[in-house]
Amino acid sequence: MILVIGEQRNGTLNRATWEAVAGAQQLAAGAPVVVVVAGAGVERVAAELAAGQVQEIVTIDSPALDAYTPDGYTAVLAAAIALLSPSVVVLPHTYQTRDFAPKLAARLDRALITDVTGMKKVGGDTAFVRPMFQGKLTADVVPQGPAPHFVTFQIGAFRADQAGRGATAAPIRPVAVNVDAGAIRQKPEAPFQEAKQSVDLSQAERIVSVGRGIKEQSNIALAQQLADALGAELAASRPICDSGWLPMERQVGSSGQTVAPKLYLALGISGAIQHLVGMKGASTIVAINKDPDAPIFEVADFGIVGDLFEIVPAMIAALKT
Amino acid sequence: MRIAVCIKQVPSRDSQPRVNDDQTWIREQDAGYEMNEPDAYALEEALRLKEAQGGEVVVCSAGPARVAQVIREALARGADRAIHVDDDGLASADAFVIADALAEAMRQEAFDLILTGLQSDDQGFAQTGVILAERLGLSHATIIMEVQSAAGGVRVKRELEGGWFQWVSMPLPAVLTIQSGINQLRYATLKGIMAAKKKEIRKAAPPATIAAPKQKIVSLYLPEKSKKTQMITGSPAEAATELVRRLREDARVIS
Repeated sequence: MILVIGEQRNGTLNRATWEAVAGAQQLAAGAPVVVVVAGAGVERVAAELAAGQVQEIVTIDSPALDAYTPDGYTAVLAAAIALLSPSVVVLPHTYQTRDFAPKLAARLDRALITDVTGMKKVGGDTAFVRPMFQGKLTADVVPQGPAPHFVTFQIGAFRADQAGRGATAAPIRPVAVNVDAGAIRQKPEAPFQEAKQSVDLSQAERIVSVGRGIKEQSNIALAQQLADALGAELAASRPICDSGWLPMERQVGSSGQTVAPKLYLALGISGAIQHLVGMKGASTIVAINKDPDAPIFEVADFGIVGDLFEIVPAMIAALKT
Repeated sequence: MRIAVCIKQVPSRDSQPRVNDDQTWIREQDAGYEMNEPDAYALEEALRLKEAQGGEVVVCSAGPARVAQVIREALARGADRAIHVDDDGLASADAFVIADALAEAMRQEAFDLILTGLQSDDQGFAQTGVILAERLGLSHATIIMEVQSAAGGVRVKRELEGGWFQWVSMPLPAVLTIQSGINQLRYATLKGIMAAKKKEIRKAAPPATIAAPKQKIVSLYLPEKSKKTQMITGSPAEAATELVRRLREDARVIS
């Protein structure tokens, strides 16, 4: 049996859970899939998940799980895993998963393969495919040691709408797990957004995005000129916003905005996975980079290997004709 | 406050790692190395906490002899001393093996706060700091963008997805994994580099019963392209003109 750990906040399901269900169904190849969801008041989320082609939905409901904490989640999910004895535990590779999954795997002393994009058979083993070295190389990795093995699926590796739906709703089974609220050391406050985002890149039709290859803050002006000539918004990868060269609200990637414009033109962006997950849904992707091995070329429709400081002025000139 | 910072030495960002003959690891002899970038931010945060509150910053690293280079660099930036778990087998080790090696060497030190980067630029597990916390029985928080002192503990700003954040308080001792960009990095001064030469680096042997690996790389290779990329060649002017033509006429994404 494969167990999917679902993710919800305030009774709203994180859609990445469906991606994890789709991946788990593919991995299971017909074997049963069970989804567990923890929180306070998770009936609605459980009912939503019951539409999936799964054996059952297990819920762990406790007021102590109202706000997510790694201590609370690790305790109840370790108990659920002991009860259910899955062979593989699947999670979406969200920031919340990153916060507790290593703790849970360490508590049980079991392997955890993170950021997985696919599976393949190697001999009699299942190997999990994941990026390494900032996406410059890909590895096939086989978990070692006894089951259950933990696997987190990269966001976008499987499509939520490909998760198989059942003919009838799956049964929902509430499981009582004692939560010692006093043993939860983290005291979380309510999530918040920084200053209201004034730029909504998700609505942009065209985006010119800059990365480390832009070299200096003063060179941002050149990218802005290209954006103006294309009728595009200006965006950036994380290091540029970390340096303060562009405001954080213009950051594309897992920690910034997710965009899907008609045209995404990446200037000097190597294409680390954290960036790719934010923009690979663009219809047409152009990459200009001096490094022919840059991972950005793997997702690009059009690529130019060369010096952006020569190519961009030539593009601006060509756009005026 | 006694603060530990766990740092990793990783292949340089700017180089393309080459795969070894049996396609299970990189050719280490061809790689240049540097301090893992998120760990550099963790070090900077530790130095700022020490400057504000006093105490000690101890750099901890698990890896082969070559990692002495990034340990020296951290000492030059201002760390007070270092612990190096020195073993060739740690070069390509998984997060469990590294965390167990660090936990063994760090347990007796009873640090108040342990900082490390949220993930490494080599294998990118994003696990080591959290496993270390569990092994040491400590509270933790990940992907941290601000650290404040609070009565008996810390209040930290966790980054959530899509521009959301959350403050979380917890007692000390604790482990925090630091996000890149939390602060502005400092560079080592000449004085710092000279001072680093006199600072203590305690060599620790890996645990006698080194943890069994929990994952095995059976194949390492260049990524397969998910799209058929049309590479445009020629002089910069020719390539730029041809790209604009294709965006107008083929892709029809600009007018």
